[in-house]
Amino acid sequence: MTIQARDRVGMAARVAADIPEGWWVNLGIGIPVLVADHVPLDREVVFHSENGVLGMGPAPAPDKVNPWLINAGKTHVTLRQGGSYVHHADSFSIIRGGHLDLCVLGAFEVAQNGDIANWSRSDNDFAPAVGGAMDLAVGAKRLWAVMEHTTKTGESRLVKTCTYPLTALGAVSRVYTNLAVLDVTERGFVVVDIVPGLDFAGLQERTAATLHLPA
Amino acid sequence: MIDKRVANVAAAMDGITDGATVLVGGFGAVGQPNQLIDGLIEQGARDLTIVANNSGVAEFGLAKLMKLRRVRKIICSFPRSAGSFVFEELYRAGEIELELVPQGTLAERMRAAGAGIPAFYTPTAFGTKLAEGKPTAEIGGRNCVLEYALPGDVALVEAWEGDRWGNLTYKDSGRNFNPVMAAAAKLTIVQVQRIVELGALPPEAVVTPGVYVDRLVAVPHEGPQG
Repeated sequence: MTIQARDRVGMAARVAADIPEGWWVNLGIGIPVLVADHVPLDREVVFHSENGVLGMGPAPAPDKVNPWLINAGKTHVTLRQGGSYVHHADSFSIIRGGHLDLCVLGAFEVAQNGDIANWSRSDNDFAPAVGGAMDLAVGAKRLWAVMEHTTKTGESRLVKTCTYPLTALGAVSRVYTNLAVLDVTERGFVVVDIVPGLDFAGLQERTAATLHLPA
Repeated sequence: MIDKRVANVAAAMDGITDGATVLVGGFGAVGQPNQLIDGLIEQGARDLTIVANNSGVAEFGLAKLMKLRRVRKIICSFPRSAGSFVFEELYRAGEIELELVPQGTLAERMRAAGAGIPAFYTPTAFGTKLAEGKPTAEIGGRNCVLEYALPGDVALVEAWEGDRWGNLTYKDSGRNFNPVMAAAAKLTIVQVQRIVELGALPPEAVVTPGVYVDRLVAVPHEGPQG
C-alpha cells in the first residue's frame, strides 16, 4: 500500500477536524489560513486576524471586495455577523493575554520539547521579517504547528533541537504533518495518528526526533 | 475655538525636523497615510527613523522616501514583502539600519509611550535572537524580556472621518496601528476622507479622541493603494 500522504489542503482539513465549536482561533500565513475553509459554517468558530479583525470570514466574491478589509496575509476577506474591529495594541492584547483558544502556525522545525522555528532560516538571513509569530507563539492558550514532515531533500522537520533561529521556546503542543499528527509531551513526540500506508517504524525512519506511542 | 484643521498637506508637514522619529500607520496598504507620506517626501526632512509595520512597496510612499536616502533607520516587524525591493536593496548595501521587532511588541511599545509607561516586561521573544542583549526576568513563573516604550516625534495617521477637535473614526481594518500611533507622538498629523461638523460623529463611534491629535487634513481618496 502506498503512503496516503496529505497534501496542503488535506493537512488543513485534518487540523480543522480538531477545532471544536466555540473556540477563538488565529491562523498563521500559509497552510494554516486554509484551515478556515474546512470548518463548517454551522460550527461557530471565530477567527482572529492580527491586524485587528475578529470574526473573519472567507474571501469575498470578486465583485464584493471591500478594499479596507484584509487579513494578516494582506488578502481581502469578509466579516461574519458578530465580527468586530480592534486596533493593533488591543489585537495583540487578545493574543498575548491568552484570550485565544488556539493559534495555528506554519513551521520550519519543531523540537521534541515544543520549541518552534518558523521565521528565519539562518542567523545571517537577508532582510529578516518576523511579523506577529513570536507574540502568537507565546500568547494563545495552545499552539499547533502544521508543516511537511520532511524538507524537500528528505530531512526531518521534527527534531531533537531546532537548528534554525527560534520563534518561541516550549510553545508547541501538537504538530500536524503530511504524514502524522503528534502531541508534544514531557516524553517528547507522541504519535496520535499516522496516514494509511505508513506504520510507526516507517514514521520513525522519517523523523529525527524519537517518537513514542501513547501510554 | 479649538480647530485642528489645516488647509493642506504641506501645512500639515510644517516643522518636521531632520533626525525625527516618524510613526507611520497602516498594515500593508490599508490604513497607510499615503498622502501624508507624499507630503513628507515634499517637505524634505532627512535622516529620519521610520516606525511602521512594513517597509513600503514598489517605488512610491515609504519606498520612495527610502530610495531618496531620507531614512536612516526603520523599526519594523515585517520589512520584507512582495514588492519591497527598495528596502531590500538598501539593506543589502548596508545603507539602512533595521530594528526588527515582533509585531505585538512593536504595538505595545507605542501603546506604552502613549500611556506614560516607560518600559514593560513581555514573554514575547524570550530566548530568541530578537531578545539578545535585553534584560530578562522571571515574573509569575514566566520568562520575560524588558522592552522600552517607543515614542515618536511625529505620527502620520490615516483615519476615516474627523471633526475640528480631532476626534477620529476608522474604516474597517484600516484602524490597525493608527490609534496607537496617534497617542504615541508629540506631533500627531492625521489625514481623513472628510471633515465633519463638530457633534456629527457619534460619541460611541470615536476611536481616537481629539486630545491625541494636533493637525487634521481632509484628503479624499478612493481606497488603499500599494
